[in-house]
Amino acid sequence: MLKDSDRIFTNIYGLEDPGLSGARARGDWDETKKLIELGRETIIEQVKGSGLRGRGGAGFSTGMKWSFMPKEVGERPHYLVINADEGEPGTCKDREIMRNDPHKLIEGALIACFAMQAHAAYCYVRGEFFRETEALQRAVDEAYENGLIGDNACGTGWKFDFYIHRGMGAYICGEESALIESLEGKKGQPRLKPPFPANVGVWGCPTTVNNVESIAVVPEILRRGAEWFAGLGRENNTGTKLFNISGHVNKPCTVEEEMGIPLKELIEKHAGGVRGGWDNLLAVIPGGASVPLLTQETCSTVLMDFDSLKEQKSGLGTAAVMVMDKSTDVIRAITRLSRFYMHESCGQCTPCREGSGWMWRMMERVCAGDASPAEIDLLEEVTKQVEGHTICALGDAAAWPIQGLIRHFRPLMEQRGAGQQPAAAE
Amino acid sequence: MSDAPETFEFTADSKAKADAAIAKYPEGRQRSAVMPLLDIAQRQCGGWLPMPAIEYVADYLDMPAIRVLEVASFYTMYNLKPVGKHFVQVCTNLPCWLNGSDNIMRACHDKLGIKNGETTEDGEFTLLEVECLGACVNAPMMQINDDYYEDLDSDATKQILDDLKAGKQPKTGSQLERYTCEPLGGLTSLTHQEELRAQKVSEKGDN
Repeated sequence: MLKDSDRIFTNIYGLEDPGLSGARARGDWDETKKLIELGRETIIEQVKGSGLRGRGGAGFSTGMKWSFMPKEVGERPHYLVINADEGEPGTCKDREIMRNDPHKLIEGALIACFAMQAHAAYCYVRGEFFRETEALQRAVDEAYENGLIGDNACGTGWKFDFYIHRGMGAYICGEESALIESLEGKKGQPRLKPPFPANVGVWGCPTTVNNVESIAVVPEILRRGAEWFAGLGRENNTGTKLFNISGHVNKPCTVEEEMGIPLKELIEKHAGGVRGGWDNLLAVIPGGASVPLLTQETCSTVLMDFDSLKEQKSGLGTAAVMVMDKSTDVIRAITRLSRFYMHESCGQCTPCREGSGWMWRMMERVCAGDASPAEIDLLEEVTKQVEGHTICALGDAAAWPIQGLIRHFRPLMEQRGAGQQPAAAE
Repeated sequence: MSDAPETFEFTADSKAKADAAIAKYPEGRQRSAVMPLLDIAQRQCGGWLPMPAIEYVADYLDMPAIRVLEVASFYTMYNLKPVGKHFVQVCTNLPCWLNGSDNIMRACHDKLGIKNGETTEDGEFTLLEVECLGACVNAPMMQINDDYYEDLDSDATKQILDDLKAGKQPKTGSQLERYTCEPLGGLTSLTHQEELRAQKVSEKGDN
């Protein structure tokens, strides 16, 4: 189990003062100028060396992403955009950073902007997080008043502004190019890549989009050194991670743990165990709604990190662990997620716009026991027609939970539709 | 609930907020402020966006009205129809559903006498089933206007609605003995804050 002394988010429950004096007492904004004076290359090298992988779901190396920005600033200014559009079902970690530990995010944004030669960060917060936005804005105001950010941030001579942009209820804006479109005042519909945001991002300028948690851990990595962070977890899956444990556990909670903690240990040590005991566990969705579920057998041994979960044909995603005990109608659970993807499809690509609704209607048939085994084959085929055939990953995200269900619970699906004959061809 | 006005104009307060929003974006990029301006207009109109407000925002930002309507109709938090004074949005996505969001919806039906998507006759309450609101370890939950009400059960939901009917502000956040997202009953990490947790939880209960 992670030692408290290795925890980064030491006010994640908001029990202490989230304001500047509380943050300073916890070590935030401590000689930030010295961190900046490490210089751009060293900062980026340290972040790369720490092994930090993006905490928003995709798990791409944060340092590597930063290094894709142009080395020299041309006519177009550089921007950092922070993705706080937290909407992946099961996920509620960035919310706690913004309301309880907001100074870590602002300090991290300053350092990231300096490293990428950007003078402004735009933090895109989902609109429903109204109180969290207020909390973050209070911290931003304090940072300005104390000269930590602004024209001469921390006395470094670097001009740095931090702006909050509120979303207005669209899951798709968590996709980085849709988020950029939205920030430009348009419908949030993803862009084709290339060009990538590092070349053409917001307002046509070089842009890096990072998740809240990825940015907020940067100051601590620089203070303690890349080796410290890289020494936690295991190779290629380093550091600490915020986990959200929800569903059928005795004590749902958010907790910062070491990357690679066994799933069973995470649930039993922090979330009070599965309701009715471990043997009452049916399945777990380990990384937010988009990743395929795991059965109890796998849950008993799997480690919570990118590579371990990938080996099990699932993923760490946002590390949002949704636990289902044996009372769960797992077909109904996945059908609910299918309805979500249908609701959130932006409508741009035909396979996703039509496919997500089609998959949901098929899932409703399976759920109701109206689907023959042949329809399950057809449903699986359709998930594969959607997967990989859309501009963004929402199509994949709509397909994967169903594929996971078929992989692990096909007999249950067939049993429910037992006796149903395939519909006659017309 | 307000009737559709024939004209719309920002109040001095809204105008100040709108201008501050526009100033956040680089010069020539004022269109980026369309989302905050629509929100300011919606708040001024009592929670929804009549056409004159959409057209006004378009003029304000020198944008074609259709581009603003496109934004207003894409994002679910813009209401193109009037909503009640208390806009009750119940999350029914997976973590909330696993923890009984069906009961929360039922409690709202029973208490308010309306179905999903409807508004009470007196215009006080609108009820809507929504997608994940990002408070999953505090499931089931609902949002009413700008506030979250978490760790609900049927009784707590009814109590909150009763309080609102009586003109009282209910306790926001977790309805259990929890401060935020920590495990119920005692910390498993940051244990040096345990005493503080117990104190905060008891203070919260007293309010």
